[in-house]
Amino acid sequence: MDRNVIFEIKDLTKTYRTGDVEVHALRGANAVLYEGELSVMLGPSGSGKSTFLNIIGGLDTATSGHVRFKDLDISKASEAELTQYRRRYVGFVFQFYNLIPSLTACENVALVTEISTNPMRPEEALALVGLDHRMDHFPSQMSGGEQQRVAIARAIAKNPAVLLCDEPTGALDSTTGRLVLEALTTINEELGATIAIISHNASIRQLAHRTFYFADGEIVREEVNKKQLTPAEIVW
Amino acid sequence: MRVLDKKLWRDFLRLWPQALAVSLVLSCGVATLILSVGSYRSLDETRQAYYERYRFASIFASATRAPLSVAREISHFSGVTAVEPRIVQSALLDIPGMKEPATGQVISIPDYGKSLLNQLYIKEGRLPEAGKKDEIVVSANFAEAHGFHPGSTFAATVRGNRVNFQIVGLVLSPEFIYALGPGDFVPDYRRFAVIWMRNQQLADLTDQDGAFNSISLSLLPGTSKDDIIQKLDQILRPFGGTGAYGRKDQLSHAFLDSELQQLSAMAKVIPPVFLFVSAFLVNMILSRLIALEREQIGLLKALGYGRWSIAGHYMKLVLIIVAFGVAIGFAAGTWLGNGMTRLYAEFFNFPFLVFRRSLDVYALAAGVTVTAALLGAFKSVQAAAALPPAAAMRPASPPQYRRAGALGQTISNMFSQLSVMSVRHMTRWPIRSGMTMLGSSLAVALLVTALFISGSVNTMIDILFFQTERQDATITFSTPLSPSAVFAMKRLPGVLSVEPFRVVSVELTNGSRKRRLTITGKPNDMRLSRVLDQDLNPVELPSSGLILTERVAHQLDARRGDILDIKLLGEGWYDTKAPVVDVVQSFVGLGAYMDLAALDKLSRIGPRRSGVYVEIDTAKLDETYKAIKALPAVASIALQSTALQKFRETLEKNISTMTTVYIVLAVIIAFGVVYNSARIQLSERARELASLRVLGFTKREVSSVLIIELVVIALLAQPLGWLLGYGLAWAVISGFQNDLFRMPFVMETAAFGWASIIVLTASAVSALIVLARVQNLDMIRVLKTKE
Repeated sequence: MDRNVIFEIKDLTKTYRTGDVEVHALRGANAVLYEGELSVMLGPSGSGKSTFLNIIGGLDTATSGHVRFKDLDISKASEAELTQYRRRYVGFVFQFYNLIPSLTACENVALVTEISTNPMRPEEALALVGLDHRMDHFPSQMSGGEQQRVAIARAIAKNPAVLLCDEPTGALDSTTGRLVLEALTTINEELGATIAIISHNASIRQLAHRTFYFADGEIVREEVNKKQLTPAEIVW
Repeated sequence: MRVLDKKLWRDFLRLWPQALAVSLVLSCGVATLILSVGSYRSLDETRQAYYERYRFASIFASATRAPLSVAREISHFSGVTAVEPRIVQSALLDIPGMKEPATGQVISIPDYGKSLLNQLYIKEGRLPEAGKKDEIVVSANFAEAHGFHPGSTFAATVRGNRVNFQIVGLVLSPEFIYALGPGDFVPDYRRFAVIWMRNQQLADLTDQDGAFNSISLSLLPGTSKDDIIQKLDQILRPFGGTGAYGRKDQLSHAFLDSELQQLSAMAKVIPPVFLFVSAFLVNMILSRLIALEREQIGLLKALGYGRWSIAGHYMKLVLIIVAFGVAIGFAAGTWLGNGMTRLYAEFFNFPFLVFRRSLDVYALAAGVTVTAALLGAFKSVQAAAALPPAAAMRPASPPQYRRAGALGQTISNMFSQLSVMSVRHMTRWPIRSGMTMLGSSLAVALLVTALFISGSVNTMIDILFFQTERQDATITFSTPLSPSAVFAMKRLPGVLSVEPFRVVSVELTNGSRKRRLTITGKPNDMRLSRVLDQDLNPVELPSSGLILTERVAHQLDARRGDILDIKLLGEGWYDTKAPVVDVVQSFVGLGAYMDLAALDKLSRIGPRRSGVYVEIDTAKLDETYKAIKALPAVASIALQSTALQKFRETLEKNISTMTTVYIVLAVIIAFGVVYNSARIQLSERARELASLRVLGFTKREVSSVLIIELVVIALLAQPLGWLLGYGLAWAVISGFQNDLFRMPFVMETAAFGWASIIVLTASAVSALIVLARVQNLDMIRVLKTKE
């Protein structure tokens, strides 16, 4: 399958300074992500996966190197441009859901659709993650898996060009984790959304088209997966 | 330092802006408490000490002319410890360089030595020598107003006698701590002098040799004042006695009483507002801190710290905040107290006046403040102490939200999700939102209370000077004269018109209620000095019957149609009756009115005139003044324009000082409340806000979530503040009502407007300081942490 390049990342470095200590979170990462693919980023804690994801998602800026999103060089974008970039193209899913407790499931999704140019209806997004029956529930009335699926619905409702998920199943047990992964693969297959998932769990790579292995702030290996399994098939 | 204390100190350093905001609110409570209680005590105790040291009399009485043998008889009344018969006479003063005449009250002191009662404090110079005809001592403020010193001279007309006085001393008297000239509303020391001279000299001038027309008494403790007053009235009756009275009806004493009354009202209203707000703020900050430190508390408990050490830990934090508040409050209270003392020194004539820095006032202020703060902290600290370690280690369950019913849903559909977030957050913590609103509204209320005064004062000035007392001057005769004297006044140069009046001292009785006051007789077609009804329409005086002012009617429980018993005090205590025909408004003194002819008919001595109201051609003012100064029959002249000017000056100064203080206080409250509320909102919602940023909302949009809540609360606080302010202002006006003075309650909308503008501005500034933090929200850090 011949796919278009969506992200082209070159020599990406990121150095944090905490007190007197310099932390080199990224030491020159290179990668290419393709449209419509589900990629998984694997690696131990501190290997730079999250920093990588934050930078390509426009949450953080690189110390050096280039990130090209389609025709956009986001490594040179201003803060306001990054806000617009996130608003138009990127959907995020985090380990700790980050739902607004004062809004219902439906309203949490509507939060995004209100500011998007070409969104789906919140009900539709919730149906995609199998939560159309829980629309009027507040976060405090839902289980962790349900909350994470609302977060996914919220992330995809604007039809983002890319969906970035940082440990989406990290806080969940295997059964609920599978439900969440199913929601993600459904979206990848049905909407053709580009998805990048960070995980500690190596078995998730079996779902992916492509797997990037991180170590010490670099991408040390890239693997293309010829045959993807379904979440039900993988061994947790 | 124990480790827990280190944590405490670091917590405090981290929380310092919020802690400071609370400390400032606390300090306002401490400062206003020290100020009001301290000033009250200082004034009360200074007055007490002054009275004791300078033997201020307990009972006062006057007569027309009573022989000294009567005074000896009075001194034999049981319970009377000292008697001071004396001569008191009004005088017109001709001060070099001063065009308008000044008025003096000349009082005799014994020929040798000091008075027994109402002794003088000699500030400069000495007492007059016996036998030296022109020597006088004068009230120190009057001398200072003119730059007089011992050796200075001025001329005066005392009962028709032109004399040249030579000042030998400047003095203060416990009788004139507050000295008000005729027709004045505030002291005007340039135009009013109290003069003391040796008895023989004044007797010669006033034809009172071997007699007295005023007497003061002191009593043994426990002696019944009423009994003595009754006996005194009886014995002085044949000599034109107009009724004895105690200290509470003595002008200077009564003014100080009303000042004390206001201070005690202030002590009861203002500090509690601050203590209440600070208790709430302490509660708000501490609840949040404890929520954030839930896991730490669990850990500490797991490590073996007991509930008391946890409770003590957070209480200590409160105490640090209180300590700063108390320290600032002590300093501010002392500073303000010194300022108040200076104001008193200017306004009242005390030989000594110290702002009492008594420890117990400070202890009281600190104690009350600590209590308020600890009460505020109690619930959250208790919750922290009671947290089981295992529960504390788990994150708190997410806050529960509920949908408002169908109506709420319809409404929420009309607004953006961001607005819905704001409103739900606000209604999720109704008590906190309500308290934040109440705190802001108290700031508004304080300002309304300060700002409405000028409206009331302006109305009072308008009614008093431009609608009621429209004469240019009021001339009072030394003794009541026959009506023909009025014509002589009319012929004075520059006098355009005159209106006679007669003042008669009476005792009015309605059933069991009694009141001594004066009835003023005025011509029924009065044009200059008018009587206005409660709707401010001029009243035409009926040909018979009494018109009472509101306060008198209230005190006598008299209504239109009631028949009152009248005892004519100056005229042999002759009894008569008259019906109440109307009740009218009045801001000054206790008064009753009658048609002049009707009053003449009521009196047994026939028509008399006490003085005239005059209208003067301003172009000829100097000539008029000159002519009046030369008139032997004139005892005093009150000038409306001068009185008004002085009144305005004094009030404007007081009001601007008060307004400044209140603005500072209100801004501190508004800042404390809004800043803390915004900080806590931000802390609680950092995660939500960061999520919004991640979702692509701009900083401006994210800030709007906080702003909507702050604005809604601020706006709701305004009407509540107006309402509270209206109530507070009404209470202030009520506290102002006494027999000497009353104020109309006039609330101008501008007071509400300005109060809101000031509080909203202060709120906006404090909110902006907090919103600046939204700019620096660290999305990644916030989102990667567990709630």
